[in-house]
Amino acid sequence: MFVLVEMTDTVRIPPWQFERKLNESIAEELNKKLANKVVYNVGLCICLYDITKLEDSYIFPGDGASHTKVHFRYVVFHPFLDEILVGEIKSCSQDGVHVSIGFFDDIVIPPESLQQPAKFDEAEQVWVWEYETEEGAHDLYMDIGEEIRFRVVDETFVDTSPTGPSSAEASTSNATEEVQKKEAPYTLVVTMCIIPIVSQSQWLILFLK
Amino acid sequence: MAARSTRVLMSCSRKDANAALLSNFEVFQLLTDLKQQRKESGKSKQSSGQQNLNTIMYETMKYISKTPCRYQSPETVREFLIAMKGHKLTKAEKLQLLNHRPVTAVEIQLMVEESEERLTEEQIESLLQTVASILPGDPEEQQRDSAMETEGRSSQ
Repeated sequence: MFVLVEMTDTVRIPPWQFERKLNESIAEELNKKLANKVVYNVGLCICLYDITKLEDSYIFPGDGASHTKVHFRYVVFHPFLDEILVGEIKSCSQDGVHVSIGFFDDIVIPPESLQQPAKFDEAEQVWVWEYETEEGAHDLYMDIGEEIRFRVVDETFVDTSPTGPSSAEASTSNATEEVQKKEAPYTLVVTMCIIPIVSQSQWLILFLK
Repeated sequence: MAARSTRVLMSCSRKDANAALLSNFEVFQLLTDLKQQRKESGKSKQSSGQQNLNTIMYETMKYISKTPCRYQSPETVREFLIAMKGHKLTKAEKLQLLNHRPVTAVEIQLMVEESEERLTEEQIESLLQTVASILPGDPEEQQRDSAMETEGRSSQ
């Protein structure tokens, strides 16, 4: 689920923090910059693991702060393909079931991956899985708050950095234009963990943890 | 939850995107130590900047604490990896076994690719035995299980 990523960056320490130990200031700055943020094509950064190398600090003309190049390792949330994870159903919508693991919410099970036959119950806004046994059809409601086990199938990184001003459109349409849809920078597409086995009870054990 | 912020600027370059896989237990230890350190160093200085770190640490700890890793220790993890050497599993599969502590054969089939071809039934059983014996589980559950066992034995 978590990986260690080696990164390099230049950290700026303002003069009023010079009395503190350099390592502490740098650790704090790095955490301030990266914790709880998604780095493109890397993953969701959790916290600093360690600092591997500190290069010389420089002070540039016009700026009293020191700039230090730091090599460090950061703990990043980045599940590998086919990894099994456990999460909670957060909500259901037409585009699938949304699952959350507390610190990361953009996990979605698309309708095609739901065990067929599955239908969306409009009244209750939940997906329902109908399965048949010898006794008759059972409905498995994917209620909010249920813990489920899922397998990571795909991940998408979206570059959400601000784009430059677009040429002709300018500010005339801004007032009437809707706010642009906020896209999640990192999304996981997953599938439920069901493998065909003989007994029903085992099926249920897998699905509901 | 507040909208997660975006990519971090180009200045931050990535040398090795996958330097190492971390088990839940290692992250759990790291966060516990970090929390201890921050508590000891006094009040949260410049709390505005630290809010993101606080949030992610709290949420991650909350999630990880519900997994079996909270009963693990460095010795059990080491023992587990040594015991796994004979089973010919990939690093990713061993990591999943460590993080999830499966108790049924079905769970093993999920985590190990093509388990029907690679592992016989006895091997799956022995894998489950190893996992159950080396990795500590929920102590309450284990007490309940052993209580049921002794009850069963005494009633025979």
